[in-house]
Amino acid sequence: MADLAPAGDYRSSYREDMTIFPTRNSRLAVLAGLILLCASPLLLGRYELGILINIGTLGIAALGLNILVGFTGQISIGHAAFFGFGAFASAWLHERWHIPVALCIPLAGIMTAFVGLIFGAPAGRLKGLYLAIATLAAQFILEDFFARAQWFTGGVAGRITEPFSLGSWVADREESYFYVVLAYVVVMYLGAANLIRTRDGRALVAVRDHYLSAEVMGINLAYYRTLSFGIASLYAGIGGALYAHYLLFVSVEAFNILFSIQFLGMVIIGGLGSVMGSLMGAAFMVVLPEVVQAGADALSGSAIDRALKLGASISFLREMAVGAAIILFLIFEPDGLARRWRLIKSYWKLYPYSH
Amino acid sequence: MDWSLLLQLTLNGLIVGALYGVVAMSFVLIYKASQVVNFAQGEFLLVGAWVCWWMLTEWQLPFWMGFLLTLAFMTAFGLILQVVVLRPLIGEPVISVIMATIGLGIFFQALMKWIFGVFAKPFPPIFTTERVNLLGLEVQTVYLLSLGISLVIMAGFAWFFTASKHGLAMRATAFDQQVAQSLGISVPKVFAMSWAISAVVSSVAGIVVGVVNGVSSALSFYGIKVFPAVILGGLDSVIGAVLGGLIVGVLENWAQYIDSAWLNWGNMYAIAPFYALILILLIKPYGLFGTKNIERV
Repeated sequence: MADLAPAGDYRSSYREDMTIFPTRNSRLAVLAGLILLCASPLLLGRYELGILINIGTLGIAALGLNILVGFTGQISIGHAAFFGFGAFASAWLHERWHIPVALCIPLAGIMTAFVGLIFGAPAGRLKGLYLAIATLAAQFILEDFFARAQWFTGGVAGRITEPFSLGSWVADREESYFYVVLAYVVVMYLGAANLIRTRDGRALVAVRDHYLSAEVMGINLAYYRTLSFGIASLYAGIGGALYAHYLLFVSVEAFNILFSIQFLGMVIIGGLGSVMGSLMGAAFMVVLPEVVQAGADALSGSAIDRALKLGASISFLREMAVGAAIILFLIFEPDGLARRWRLIKSYWKLYPYSH
Repeated sequence: MDWSLLLQLTLNGLIVGALYGVVAMSFVLIYKASQVVNFAQGEFLLVGAWVCWWMLTEWQLPFWMGFLLTLAFMTAFGLILQVVVLRPLIGEPVISVIMATIGLGIFFQALMKWIFGVFAKPFPPIFTTERVNLLGLEVQTVYLLSLGISLVIMAGFAWFFTASKHGLAMRATAFDQQVAQSLGISVPKVFAMSWAISAVVSSVAGIVVGVVNGVSSALSFYGIKVFPAVILGGLDSVIGAVLGGLIVGVLENWAQYIDSAWLNWGNMYAIAPFYALILILLIKPYGLFGTKNIERV
């Protein structure tokens, strides 16, 4: 019932049906939300802003993965490697070629997209679990490359990155860097929402829904599969570059398989095939460890803490929470937070007459 | 070239490869019976090895008793996983099922780290003679034992699938679920059984590796090394899995030799199988023995 339009919402053309924000109230809500976000550096502390920045950077990469997994039906277990490639590419471009950081971020995205296309070319022929395994191999190969390519990643020592700057404005603190991330999030999410509405976007969805029918209808399967891999890598690269210039340090070990799985978890938890769901999933995955930490802190010193060694093993607890969250969502809410959100919205839209 | 070193490495590769083959076989078992790609296969090794270690060191049980208890535990473990996690996902898209097993994998890996810590712990010694001389090569007894156990398991699988009633039911289910059902085979039971057997067999491999190298979370990497092996052999072929395991075992040792002799890239031991995997997927995605899936509309 969630997809029914309420009474009084007349759509008389295809164009009207395809608008991203269909009603005046929804446009106002988006505007209000943006204004609130713009004001948040004045309202929130550094810790909360840091969480928001993480949600933004990871959310961009998760959106890329969602375009690949949720819209095209391809699976990738190597997303963190591409995310990491973007981070290193941006740092390398700045240090080696002295390109300003503001330019490095989109360039790193493009570089990552090319690497994604290289891995995506064989991926265009594969699907389902074969692709999953191929991307798993890509994850290990890229991780190995990071550890070995000293000229690019700084090797085991990692690489120090410069803060984002535009003219004389330097975004070296949470309060200022937040705006950079926010701008990218808005641009990338609008881009994805619009991509889905185009001919190419519909082709991707057709490939997901029934690839044989799609091929019969004249959609070039290999082309669109490779394309979606490229787009996913572009998003991962930009997310990674933003991540690099926030932390100001990129380490080789950070982009392991667990990180890749977390990206997949974001997409599953947020909702496969939902643009805003990617952001919700990223938020969930960023907040979850903090909640686990807070829970352990609340119990610290108590008998449970002493019996289970909560404090010392907090990182394992976080990993367990990630795994459990993925499994529970798959079993109980396979369409993710996006569907929950839609249900809540439609409940309030039709409030006293919910049926 | 150092021929004796190469021979030694090949032998090592065959011994480790036989273990890969065993794990790959239990992976293929699940895939064949229930079409689930199990990314948590390595965690079966890990859980089995830790449980056995715990019984031997904490409870001071004799080896055979701890071993049998571990097998019993792993049977229950596999059954419970299938019934609680995988059964609700029957009919869901491949991605969901893959993700569920990945979720299981990280959950149990973290759980084991939490309970037993991150450091490798040795098994209590089981055999007295450490090394024997075999055709002029020094071989550790445990390695020979592991090779023997692998061969026994493989023979057991061969018997199970060709002669036993349950094995035949499993093959029938793998061939066509609806036809199997119409012949009176309980498909959910077959699914549950395949998970239980897979968990048990993997845990045997895990215990063997644990006895040789000590138990640590590195064991779960066997679950990932399985992928090159099964892709090479063909995802749904038991013989292919064994052969793929052996080839991967030898390949990584040779890669290490080539690396240390000429390339000096480092880490080729761990990475070479994945390069091979990508190549195989490009050239022959259905592997050596896998059935080529022809799709009709």
